[in-house]
Amino acid sequence: MATVEVAFTPLPAHVRTARLIATAVARRSGVDESVLDEVRLAVGEACSRAVEAHRVHCPQQPIRVALTGDGERFEVVVTDAAPAVEPVPAGAARPASDTVIDGLAVIAGLADDVRIGAAGPGTSISMSWKQRVPPA
Amino acid sequence: MDLKLGHYEKDGIEVVDVEGEIDVYTAPRLRELLIDLVNKKNYQLVVNMEKVEFLDSTGLGVLVGGLKRVRAHDGSLDLVCTQERILKIFRITGLTKVFGIHNSVDEAIAERKADR
Repeated sequence: MATVEVAFTPLPAHVRTARLIATAVARRSGVDESVLDEVRLAVGEACSRAVEAHRVHCPQQPIRVALTGDGERFEVVVTDAAPAVEPVPAGAARPASDTVIDGLAVIAGLADDVRIGAAGPGTSISMSWKQRVPPA
Repeated sequence: MDLKLGHYEKDGIEVVDVEGEIDVYTAPRLRELLIDLVNKKNYQLVVNMEKVEFLDSTGLGVLVGGLKRVRAHDGSLDLVCTQERILKIFRITGLTKVFGIHNSVDEAIAERKADR
């Protein structure tokens, strides 16, 4: 069972909330302070990606974030319900004139371990980091 | 923290001050400002990111989009950033090779003027 579970409607404003919660739970779980920025950015990337996909395919469905610290690793799983179709059509959430930076590549550069899998109709992105100090 | 934007002209170069968080929620405002500046024929831009607390790939996309717009007019978009937490995402994405990244606004302007 996850330490904390969050579900939010797919609005860009809520991505910041998800980032703040992830950072707070990571800190509480004993993730090293030097890694908290990586957790914050990676969770933000995964949630941003999910929000954009939901806004196109299923704006009524919530995005789910599960955060677990088991004493050795801190894991965050972001699960969306949108069909696993990449990329999000241009013009849907971002103007076609914008360059799309691959958020998954950013996540891969930040987390110690990343796994991407199917979750029902959608996708789950699992990211984890080593816990370097015992949880408070 | 939300996003605060401002801009001013210095030595013929438009300096954009950015403060706060640039993410999927706030990046559209930065995009609109950059588009507006280019539409008003400001093709030499310096984006001061010294007070940026968070930047994600959406924000990076907006900056790259701005760079493409000014380059279409033979212009430039340089960045001012010394914060390791922000520089890290530029390194991960390889964008340190795309942008000129400077330690101060004065340095960015001086190097841009030297290139003219």
